[in-house]
Formats: sequence, structure tokens, C-alpha cells
Amino acid sequence: MTHASSNKWLSYALLILLGFVMIYPLLWLFVSSFKTNQDIFGSSKLFADTYVWNSYSLGWAGTGQYGFQHFFVNTLKLVLPTVVLTIVSSVIVAYGFSRFTFPLRTFLFSIMMATLMLPDATVMIPRYILFNKLGWLDTYLPFIVPSAFATSAFFIYMLIQFFRGLPRELDESATIDGCNSFMVLIRVLLPLCKPALFSVGIFQFIWTWNDFFNSIIYISSVKKFTVSLGLRLSLDASSAVSWNQVLAMSVVSVVPCIVLFFLAQKYFVEGISTTGLKG
Amino acid sequence: MARKKRSFRYIGLIYVLPWILGLLIFQLYPFIASFYYSLTDYNMVNAPKFIGLDNYKRIFMNDPGFTQALKVTSIYVVLAVPVKLAFALFVAVVLSAKLRAINLFRTIYYLPSILGGSVAISVLWRFLFMKEGVVNSLLANVGIPSIDWLGNPDIALYTLGLLSVWQFGSSMVLFLAGIQQIPSDLYEAGSIDGASKTRMFFKITVPLLTPIVLFNLVMQMVNAFQEFTGAFVITNGGPMKSTYLYALKLYEEAFTFFKMGYASALSWVLFAIIMVVTGIIFKTSNRWVYYEDGGKTK
Repeated sequence: MTHASSNKWLSYALLILLGFVMIYPLLWLFVSSFKTNQDIFGSSKLFADTYVWNSYSLGWAGTGQYGFQHFFVNTLKLVLPTVVLTIVSSVIVAYGFSRFTFPLRTFLFSIMMATLMLPDATVMIPRYILFNKLGWLDTYLPFIVPSAFATSAFFIYMLIQFFRGLPRELDESATIDGCNSFMVLIRVLLPLCKPALFSVGIFQFIWTWNDFFNSIIYISSVKKFTVSLGLRLSLDASSAVSWNQVLAMSVVSVVPCIVLFFLAQKYFVEGISTTGLKG
Repeated sequence: MARKKRSFRYIGLIYVLPWILGLLIFQLYPFIASFYYSLTDYNMVNAPKFIGLDNYKRIFMNDPGFTQALKVTSIYVVLAVPVKLAFALFVAVVLSAKLRAINLFRTIYYLPSILGGSVAISVLWRFLFMKEGVVNSLLANVGIPSIDWLGNPDIALYTLGLLSVWQFGSSMVLFLAGIQQIPSDLYEAGSIDGASKTRMFFKITVPLLTPIVLFNLVMQMVNAFQEFTGAFVITNGGPMKSTYLYALKLYEEAFTFFKMGYASALSWVLFAIIMVVTGIIFKTSNRWVYYEDGGKTK
């Protein structure tokens, strides 16, 4: 018994130590956003001697023509439709795969699973050329439109796994009560799969919010910059004067994701443990 | 009735239709087009000019940038992915113990993976590992002379790799889910036989987790081959191209020089490499992956 409890203390010690290493960079980021340049560099102390309180307001206002408020609104304009369309399209497709038999079903399912491994790099250039021809460059359409077509196999698979866990008797009794298949989905299954819908939505929100590569290739005018691009802009623009503002805006740019993560961390861990790919 | 039954056969197909269209427009068409473009000279201004295998010839015979990118990326993948997975497995085992506040720990360990690819985290890494940054200051406290984490071409790539290892959370959660599926009587039987913890880890836990190891390995590898944001924001490929990852090379050719044909050929070479490596992993997997049903359903 004593052996077991000493083991337990060892585990705790290890977890706390490692947890501190994991979280330290994020703590440092937050605290340092209130530091002066001297304290940001060349000091190992987490807390500083002098604090400055205007890094957030100055950083938020920005140095150029557009402030961070502008980039935030832009990002929401991009992310929210993408999230909504991803949820709707993925649910419909997952329902089709998990509840119906139809010609080529197994074949299509294997193709879908194979696309999980298809490197984005291979399709990115023709997509870019296609969007250019459609006149979609420097708009948010390259993000929004594909999401309406359930292009992420990860989410479909996650939802299929979830649907499989719901008893088919529910569908059958609703059908006997006169529901057509679409009503079965809307009235019976959707209320039951809220947790899965949340995890799809949250994952998509965070990934799209943080996405840098697609932002940098599709968005070119500063007026339409997202938070990611705005942050990089401020990193390039800052002439070694106000690093705390850059750190402050880094904090601000991850706050929505952190808040969302803590509100919904239950769904998160559930969602990723049913399939759990990226990251 | 018969007619109704027939129409019913296709209802599923209607639900799946959005995905089929998406597949054709945003995946299959670009996939094929990418191969076609790889055989052309195309700058987005003039029409694509068919040049056969010239792009590929140049890649393999006359492009030091490609050789460097391939070298750097291979080192990155071979180091970052296994270290990340080993770490994820280790933490998952510790976290699987029945401890208080376990959810808090899981949350903390998972958090870096959430913020993962964001520019903010890249900015943070740049500050932490600058020559006069906080990591060196911390090391100075224990008497370790300062290291040029991002400025030394022999070290910079490992500093980026560390960023990837720090984000072991999603692999960890998968391992954790797997560990919780392992029946506890296996461990009970093991401890009756007098097996040590270490022995049980290697004889019970690891073999039963190998399917998840396989999955994590493939997915993390595919992602690592395409790593971009960190290398772009933190080091921009430098110093001396020591962090010039493949995705940077691709980005440069496509979106800085607008050599779309050449970049497409590069993307196909990457695709081929990823397929070969995935193929090797799957081929050898029946030697090290343990399936409870003896591999019948695989």
C-alpha cells in the first residue's frame, strides 16, 4: 500500500513539473505582454520590476491604417460562416454514410478515408488557380465555399462514429410515426448529437481562426487581413521599439481559442479520442 | 411498395452528394490538374506551356534548394515525429492513473496543441529562443552558457522541432483513450505473475496500443512533411537555409515566383515521398502492430 501511495506522489510530482514546463511559455507570453523591453529580454524572471499597462490599448490600435479590431471582425466574417457550413454539410453527409445503404457506399467510404491522408500540398496549387479564375482571390470565399461541401473527412468520420453509437430503433420508431428521413435527422438525431456538433464546430473554429497558410496565400489586401496576418504584419513592422505590444496582440489573438477550449474541453477530449488526427 | 423501396436505395446517396461534389471539385480535380500543371511551364499570366518532364528533371538534377529542403525536412520528420509520439505515450501512461485533478492536467497538456499552428505561438517561440531570450536566461541560472537557438544553423531546426514536440497533446489523448480500453485483468494477471511495472508497460500496454501508434505515426508524419507556419514566422528558413522546410520551398516557388508548374511538380514529388513512406509503414506494420483479432478485419 505504501508502495502504491509513493507511486502516486511520484506521478503527481512528475505531472506538476511537466505541466509547469508545458504551461510556462504561455504564462511567460501573458506576463511579458506587460513588461518593458529590458525585462522581456535578458531576464529569467517570470515577473518584472516594472509593468506597463498600455501595451494592449496601443497594440490594439495598431500602427498602420487598420487596427486589430478590424482584423478581428475580418476573422469572424471568415470563420463563422465556415464553421456553420462545416457543421451542416458534415452532419448531412455523415448521416448518409452511417444510416443508409446505397450503391458504391463502401467504395465511397474508403475514398473518404483515403482523403484523410491526402497531403494538402498536392491540391493547393490547382485550387489556387481555380479560385483565381473564379475571381475569389482576396475574398473569404476560398474558405467558406469548400466548407459547404463537407471537404474535411476528419469531421465526417468523427460524426459517423458518433451516429453509430445512437440506436437505430430511434430512427425506426420515428419513421413509423410518419417522419421522413430528413425529419428523423433533424428531430430525433440532431438533439442527441449536440456534443459531437460542438466538437466539430469548436475544432473548425480554432483551426480556421489560427490558419495562417491559407490566409497568406488567399488574402492580399491589408483591409481584408485576418488576425494571423495582422499579427505577422505587426511583427514585421515593429522596429524593435514596442515588443510588448506584439506580445499583447499575440495574447489577444489566442484568447478566443483558449476561452472556447476551456468552455468546451469535455467535448474536445471526447471528439479527439473518437478520431483525433491533426495537431 | 416496390417503387418506394427503389427510391429508398438512393436516398443515402443524396445525403452524401455534397461530399461527392466537394471531392470532385476541391480534391479530385485539383489532384489531377496538379499533375498536369507539373508537366507545364505556367506563371498564371500566360497559358500553361507543356514541357514534359523538364520540371522533374530540374528538381532532381539542378535545384540545390530542393536538395536542401528535402534534407532538412527528412531530419525534421525523422526526429520530431518519434520524439513527439514517445513523449505523448509516456505522458498518457502517467495520466491514465486514477489521480485527483487529472482533468486539469489533461487540459494543460492539451492546450499547446490547440494553439499549435497559430502565428501567436510562433511569435512566442521566437521570443523565448532569441539569443537574449528567456530560455537562455533560465539556463544561465544553472550555469549553462547561452545558446544561439535560432541563429545557429546546427541548432535552429531542433528548436523548431521542440515546438512540434510541445504540441504532443492530440496524440496523447488518443493514447489515453487506447489505454483506457485495455482490460484491467491483464494487468492484474501480470502483477500476480510478479511482472514489474516496466515489464507490463512493454509486454501489455505497448503491444495493445500499436494500432494507435500506427495511426498517430502516419497522421503526424503527413503533417510534419507539410510543416510551414513555424519555419516561416520564426526563422523564415534560415539561418543558412537550415530550417528551409519543404513547404517553404513550395510556397516560395508558387506564391513568390508564381512558377506554378514547377511548384506543382514539387508538390507531386512530396506526394510520392509521403506515399512511399506511408506504404513502408503500412507494409511493415503487420510485423509490429498487434491486432486482437489476429489482423482479420484489417
